[in-house]
Amino acid sequence: MTTLIPNRHDGRPATDPVLVRFSGVSCGYDRRKVLRDIDLTIEEGAFVGIVGPSGAGKTTLLRAMVGAVPRLEGSLTFGGRPVGRGGTPGVGWVPQLETVDWNFPATVGEVVLMGRWSERRWQAWASAADRKAVDGLLERLGIGGLGRRHIRELSGGQQQRVFLARAMIGEPRLLLLDEPTSGVDLKTRDDILHLLADLNGDGMTIVMTTHELNTVAAHLPWVVCVNGSVIAEGDPDDIFTSEILGRTYGADLRVVRQDGIILVADAAPHRLRDALRHRHEGFEHAHHEHAEGDHVHDPQAVRPVGDGGTDR
Amino acid sequence: MTYIVTPLAFEFFRQGVVASILVGALCGMLGVYIVLRRMSYIGHGLSHSVFGGAVIAYVAALNFYVGAGLWGFFSALLINAVARRRRIGADAAIGIVTTASFAVGVALISKTRSFTRNFEAALFGNILGVTPLDLVVVGVVTLSVAAFILLFYKRLLFMTFDPEVAAIQGVEVGITDSLFALAMAATIVASINVVGVTLIAATLVIPSTTARLLTDSFARMLVLSTVMGALSGLVGMYLSYWLDVSSGATIVLLEAAIFVVVFAATTLSRRRTSWADQRIPVLAADRPADDLG
Repeated sequence: MTTLIPNRHDGRPATDPVLVRFSGVSCGYDRRKVLRDIDLTIEEGAFVGIVGPSGAGKTTLLRAMVGAVPRLEGSLTFGGRPVGRGGTPGVGWVPQLETVDWNFPATVGEVVLMGRWSERRWQAWASAADRKAVDGLLERLGIGGLGRRHIRELSGGQQQRVFLARAMIGEPRLLLLDEPTSGVDLKTRDDILHLLADLNGDGMTIVMTTHELNTVAAHLPWVVCVNGSVIAEGDPDDIFTSEILGRTYGADLRVVRQDGIILVADAAPHRLRDALRHRHEGFEHAHHEHAEGDHVHDPQAVRPVGDGGTDR
Repeated sequence: MTYIVTPLAFEFFRQGVVASILVGALCGMLGVYIVLRRMSYIGHGLSHSVFGGAVIAYVAALNFYVGAGLWGFFSALLINAVARRRRIGADAAIGIVTTASFAVGVALISKTRSFTRNFEAALFGNILGVTPLDLVVVGVVTLSVAAFILLFYKRLLFMTFDPEVAAIQGVEVGITDSLFALAMAATIVASINVVGVTLIAATLVIPSTTARLLTDSFARMLVLSTVMGALSGLVGMYLSYWLDVSSGATIVLLEAAIFVVVFAATTLSRRRTSWADQRIPVLAADRPADDLG
């Protein structure tokens, strides 16, 4: 089987299995804490999903791993070394596709080569080794032959692979992906997750943020639930419970387990549907009474009955 | 042939042609980054800021290039610093710093009434009055900026496309940004005598925007913009001589004319392509409409 990962920095086995270690970290912007008291370890070879509601600090946690968020308390190490401001060598970053400027004049090859900027950093043009590395990686990621195409001309899945290639071409130890499955169709999402699983199978450590709980439950072996701090972490089989997800999302979520499949569903739509049904029935009742000649207007009649105010 | 050779008999024209080719190439080259960073207005702003520095240099009896250059460089750094504040955008930062700087120049001129230097030349350019020193400055700045762009090519491209990820992946964003600010200030100071304060923004923005319409590759855009800027400088000088029109204005008008032609041609070609693509779906879409009837 051909490996999807380029040659690692060194062939030595890691003495410490922990690649990233947060110890009592609080971090944020403008002295305002977005994340508090984070104690978290990411082990070499792990495949971790970070979930939580919008604004919970998922991307901030990802950015904190590379020192891109001011740390207000605690310590953070990557590969046993303290993480400071500025770049963290050995990390590949795949941004959200929504943040990419698709009108920027850049071919697939030019974008991927950005990830190799530190090789012959003073040389403007791509060397034969650069071109070989790009072609080889594109081929392995299933987008061979697209090097001269403009990034806008590709499909969502191909675009995601281009940025994955840019992150991988620097031969990182850790791959960080910010919402890699947002804005793509089901088939593309499945392809991307299988590709990531293959990379992880070859030994790459992967951490990704996502909104899609069911996708995480189906594909990822380890999940971190975040909402201002780490609420829980573990195997989705263990931690995807109504209680933990309720604390993470501040919402009523139901977890259905059947034949080894976990399905997380928002309970609110049922409540909303029931409320609308009651409202509709109430309206019909009021309308009926009105039609029969009862002219007394009762505003309560058109309101949902029973669960107003305790809806969620 | 006469049209080409005759003006070359004059030294001022030869010097002017060399200066405008160099400035065209220089602005075309740097303009690519300015346009792609969506800082098009910075050329206009910094040129006004440099004007303030030029007046201060005159009043303080400093060399024009030293005074204007330093003033422009610090203005660019100040714009970066102000723009970093989350509540202030880059456009507002450019507006504040550069207009305040320009106002310093205007205030000093009104206060010091014994001006002998022609500041109109600084505003509108005076290419026919280019001195050998000006030529040396333009040459040195062009070579320095070209060397900076070649040496920092990978970093500048990554930072321009994706500044946040570039920083995460270890690109020295702070130093590169400061050097870029220095390159911008030097470019504007060197170009002032050729195109003038008011037209510098155009020479920075038009060739690169035209080049963007012609290619989807960054490397090709950089080359095209540089070549287009240099050619506009050369052809613009001849047109200016034979039509007896201000050289800075002629160069800018030529660049604008090329942009209009390229814009029209690329729009037509795109429409033709989309018509060809739409032909089958349009016909197919007509059929259900019949069914509805």
